[in-house]
Amino acid sequence: MPSIITAENLSKSYIIGHQKQNRYITLSGSMMHTARGVWQRIRHPLSPNRETIDLEEFWALKDVSFDIKQGERVGIIGRNGAGKSTLLKILSRITEPTSGRVRIKGHVASLLEVGTGFHPELTGRENIYLNGAILGMARQEIRKNFDEIVAFAEIENFLDTPVKRYSSGMYVRLAFAVAAHLEPEILIIDEVLAVGDIAFQKKCLGKMENVSRQGRTILFVSHNMGAIRQLCTRAAMLDHGQIVSTGAVDSVIDKYLKGESTSINGTATADPAKTLQSIAFIDYGSNNLTSVLAGSGGIFRVHYDAAKKTLSNVGVTIAIYDLYGIKAATLSTYHARNSPTIESLSGKGFIDCRMEEIPLTPGQYRVNVAFDWPNSHEGIVNGVLLTVLPSDYLGPSRMKAEETGFVLVKHKWII
Amino acid sequence: MNEIIIEPNKGIKLFWKELWSYRELFFFLVWKDILVRYKQTVIGIAWSVIRPLLTMIVLTIIFGKLAKLPSGNIPYPILVFAAMLPWQFFSNTLSTSSNSLISNQNMVSKIYFPRIILPTTAMVVSLIDFLISFLILVAMMIWYNFYPGWKIMALPLLMILATLTSLGAGYWISAMNVKYRDFRIVIPFIIQFGLYISPVGFSSNVVPEKWRLLYSLNPMVGVIDGFRWAISGNDVSLYLPGLVISICLSLLLFVYGAMFFYKTERNFADII
Repeated sequence: MPSIITAENLSKSYIIGHQKQNRYITLSGSMMHTARGVWQRIRHPLSPNRETIDLEEFWALKDVSFDIKQGERVGIIGRNGAGKSTLLKILSRITEPTSGRVRIKGHVASLLEVGTGFHPELTGRENIYLNGAILGMARQEIRKNFDEIVAFAEIENFLDTPVKRYSSGMYVRLAFAVAAHLEPEILIIDEVLAVGDIAFQKKCLGKMENVSRQGRTILFVSHNMGAIRQLCTRAAMLDHGQIVSTGAVDSVIDKYLKGESTSINGTATADPAKTLQSIAFIDYGSNNLTSVLAGSGGIFRVHYDAAKKTLSNVGVTIAIYDLYGIKAATLSTYHARNSPTIESLSGKGFIDCRMEEIPLTPGQYRVNVAFDWPNSHEGIVNGVLLTVLPSDYLGPSRMKAEETGFVLVKHKWII
Repeated sequence: MNEIIIEPNKGIKLFWKELWSYRELFFFLVWKDILVRYKQTVIGIAWSVIRPLLTMIVLTIIFGKLAKLPSGNIPYPILVFAAMLPWQFFSNTLSTSSNSLISNQNMVSKIYFPRIILPTTAMVVSLIDFLISFLILVAMMIWYNFYPGWKIMALPLLMILATLTSLGAGYWISAMNVKYRDFRIVIPFIIQFGLYISPVGFSSNVVPEKWRLLYSLNPMVGVIDGFRWAISGNDVSLYLPGLVISICLSLLLFVYGAMFFYKTERNFADII
């Protein structure tokens, strides 16, 4: 397979600091600034320019090189600020690299936002044409796909209503539908699948899979590991503007998730100013676990440090999400059977939440925890990454794990 | 298969090729601007006729009836209207094109296309307004039984001049506006002020001879005088040095504006 995108030593720097503090620079401000600089130069021609000192160079991307072959679907992951969006912006030619070069063979369409260029006053019909043109579709192409777009967005009855009267769901569906019918050789997508309701998200993912099966090359940025896993053939992980890992999707995702969890669970990042310190998943013998058999038991141990300030009337809530970001369960002092209102919390210690059975479908889950008390709250996002492993909780099964749904319900058949 | 190379400082050759390949987007943006303007109005497109008509009436009353400025043998409304057409075109283009980038901020920061399309779109929309107003002028000439001579053939050339002037200024200011939002505030002021220093409500002949050359430094003076000369026949003489200055200034403004736009374009998405 020939390479379709080749990037060599791609770097992008932004000047931050002075400019960042006043983004709406005024002409007079800038003139004063220049004048002061000139005056400094006249008075001290040899001293370093004082005006440049408070400008700081920030490298959003540094020496990034990669090679993408035709038909590959590459997922790009990384934490916020790792440089993912900058990379996509350079590849879509919205911004120029500071140095390095990219060679792209073929027509690129990029989808960095859903509904760019939608005009609220225009009707659905008019916006389909306008948005199609903005995304780079030819007029015949839009006309050809028009009915399909309308059907996909499920807005048949509202075609001639201005989109400003659409519900936000309809708006997003229409916007995505237009984008989903792009037919470029290379498609660049930035976190746009996280729109609409779950059913629609699944539909979008399905559509993207169809697109990719037609041999298109796809670059896909997402925080949704499930979507990356489903859609991509390869993945790359960015951190601080550099590619730190590439390869098979599963291994890169695992690396990413591990990095995420250690940086959150590790004592290094526990905020001493906060009462809520960390959360861990342990077995009944207090051993740390990262995985558990479906249907077996375990404990979430929440560590706190209330030595500086004593809290009263604390509520604790633990939320378990799957990798699609869908909440699978919440464990909360607000609905536990023995309903323990924590009247006061002082000193250091931990609170346990014990589960006798974890009836979750095998897969990976992220766990958030929050403390709340009158007038305030604290939280930890992705405090634990938990892998639920297949087991015979429901007895031997002939079904695939992904076919079973969210929860494992114990049941009996009466025939 | 076409190959794109992305690197710092792309070449100008590519620029023209790209501009051509994005013509369809250009068409759609013009279409959108026209469509959007009269949405949710009762009389819709009629506004584009009523607006210039009202301005003409106001100017005729103020300058012709109250200030009693001389107009020769030409009906005063025609004198005013002939001058107002290029001025309206210029001021509309200037004000919409200079705001075109920041009012389409999300497009600039999320989609790639030759950015010069945005201010140019604004010009085309104003041009359509101009054509509607021109039809009103034709109707007025029929009403007053006033027939222009062969000089009317010069109109397209004068229109080109007006286009270059307004586009040049529009390109420059829209690019400056991305970084310095001051221009958003300054532009309405310039336009308001410009109406009084351009010979719209009066004839350039009222300007003393010794100031005439200096007066022509306003590039729209040559265009407006030219319009009046072309439409009103033999009664108005053309001040040639002024026209020459106008032509030079317009060309200069256009080239400078376009170059400035092209040079700063690459940073738009980063600083808008």
